[in-house]
Amino acid sequence: MNNQEKLIEIKDLKKHFHLKRHTTLQAVDGVTLDIYRGETLGVVGESGCGKSTLGRTLIRLYEPTAGEVVYNGKDVANRLTKKEERQFQKDVQMIFQDPYSSLNARMTVSEIISEGIRIHEPSLSRKEVEARVHQLLDSVGLHKRFSNRYPHEFSGGQRQRIGIARALAVNPEFIIADEPIAALDVSIQAQIVNLLKELQEEKGLTYLFIAHDLSMVKHISDRVAVMYLGGVVELSTSDDLYHDPLHPYTQALLSAIPVADPKIERSRERIILEGTVPSPIDPPSGCRFRTRCPHAMDICAQVAPQWKEQKPNHFVACHLYNEDVEVDE
Amino acid sequence: MDEILQVKDLDVSFKTYNGETNVLRGVNFSVQKGGTLAIVGESGSGKSVSAKTIMQLLPKQNSIVNNGEVLFEGENLLTYNEREMRKVRGSDISMVFQDPMTSLNPTMSIGKQIMEGLLEHQNLSKKQAYDTAVGLIDLVGISNPESRMKEYPHQFSGGMRQRIVVAMAIACKPRILIADEPTTALDVTIQAQILDLMKDLQNQLDTSIIIITHDLGVVANMAQRVAVMYAGRVVEIGTVDELFYESKHPYTWGLLSSMPKLHEDEREPLVPIVGSPPDLEQPIQGCPFAPRCPYAMKVCHSHMPEDFSVSDTHASACWLLDERAPEVKAPVGTEVNANE
Repeated sequence: MNNQEKLIEIKDLKKHFHLKRHTTLQAVDGVTLDIYRGETLGVVGESGCGKSTLGRTLIRLYEPTAGEVVYNGKDVANRLTKKEERQFQKDVQMIFQDPYSSLNARMTVSEIISEGIRIHEPSLSRKEVEARVHQLLDSVGLHKRFSNRYPHEFSGGQRQRIGIARALAVNPEFIIADEPIAALDVSIQAQIVNLLKELQEEKGLTYLFIAHDLSMVKHISDRVAVMYLGGVVELSTSDDLYHDPLHPYTQALLSAIPVADPKIERSRERIILEGTVPSPIDPPSGCRFRTRCPHAMDICAQVAPQWKEQKPNHFVACHLYNEDVEVDE
Repeated sequence: MDEILQVKDLDVSFKTYNGETNVLRGVNFSVQKGGTLAIVGESGSGKSVSAKTIMQLLPKQNSIVNNGEVLFEGENLLTYNEREMRKVRGSDISMVFQDPMTSLNPTMSIGKQIMEGLLEHQNLSKKQAYDTAVGLIDLVGISNPESRMKEYPHQFSGGMRQRIVVAMAIACKPRILIADEPTTALDVTIQAQILDLMKDLQNQLDTSIIIITHDLGVVANMAQRVAVMYAGRVVEIGTVDELFYESKHPYTWGLLSSMPKLHEDEREPLVPIVGSPPDLEQPIQGCPFAPRCPYAMKVCHSHMPEDFSVSDTHASACWLLDERAPEVKAPVGTEVNANE
């Protein structure tokens, strides 16, 4: 996959929130990632691991504390001219988790969807905008007669379709989907996931798909990044990650997911992690996972592990794969 | 096996501003002693209403039980008055709710909340209740139980809070534990901890469990028997193997094939169930699933199907099981590795 064109390069991105004097919450702490054009990169992790903050920092909803986001060869994390900012806002769109709170209850569907079009393409006539809205509604599987209704008249799945239509309205090339299916019923989740995939093929979109449901992430993603306490601990193609997880956290996370198959479920060995995720206000020294890691060694407390390509296209940050360290089995 | 709880023909409606909404329409299921029944279904299918009817926790002023029985060891709980019911709740049958933040009292210490049930139901002195509560906190795997007794819910993390709720629910060694989406608000690693805890306690105390969930993975992990609910009815019920490998109802097929399979590599597009669940405020003619069902026949739109018995433990409410119906094979993909 290395021969593909990089759409986004994230270099050592950090986002710290200052809470009180002398306390800083390190929500995202040193993430380095590339996102290729046309792929779906899944980001998984437990609540509080920084996956949503990563998405929101990428789209400039938060200002990064440090680091770079290179988008199409240009650093967009820091200062931008008005024109560049406008272009970026048009190119990158977001789909939110909660279809109930992410749509303005006092705007009609057509107003919600056309808001971006009117800002970015003010030269269009009202008729042209209306035609675009109808075409967008059609592409997300809603009837055009819905365009004058208000969000409360729709079910959760339909609202999420409106959210997707809004994101597509300005012809973006990169979409950040932050838990787009978490609030939906199982039978509706599959509808939305299929819709996202169809749209990707049709329009050549690139997705950053943030979720905690690992089986859905595996299904939709080409590559998956696993986050723990503000850092990416493993990154690989999704099949390789599920068959050969290298990081102890990924292994535990995968084994914790109940599989919808009673026979597999009965024979499975589960790695149960002790305790809970430490606070990102005062994270552990060295490797951040060491407090819950079943393989923790002395070095884990002293040195943060290096980000390393253990296999082609399979990166991991763990001392178990560091040749200089002796691993006692 | 002995049945400890039987729910028969339960029919419940809610009063709303435009008339009565029929939320349960003849629900039947039973729970075996020491066994686990999972109830699955989408939101609005009546899973939680069934549980709350068993516990009589529905608001009296706008919910009506039209018909049916809830037999707990042969006694119909629906004939109990509030005073008698208070004796059942927490001691014979107890409940764990989805959100541990709203089911704990934020102004009361954890210790006091656990002791409350013990003092109410078991003739214990304060000292004995205190010691039992400390033991329970220890049992659910929280360290330093003595000092934790004095702490308040906000001082605990989500997973810890749910452990406290489980500790409260098992304090009086109930015969039945009803868990309504106990892990939906939790992360997977914490979910695994809580599910394991519930299974351990079941083995120790021989409690029966009713677990309500929409996660088929949790079902496969926990249950011996499964009831699938749709629009206020149990559409299919059977053992966990019958449901996963030999299901007969198109809705169950739909649920199984709309889930991504973690253990398989091929990226076949998911097969979603088209449309959305019916609006219960409108009267439903025939089978409620018919408008979304790819196999719907003429009869499905006009007549409600009976429960057809497939085996002693397996029943499905679908006209396809009638002898006059055409033979329909379950779509490929629902029989997950059935021959392994």
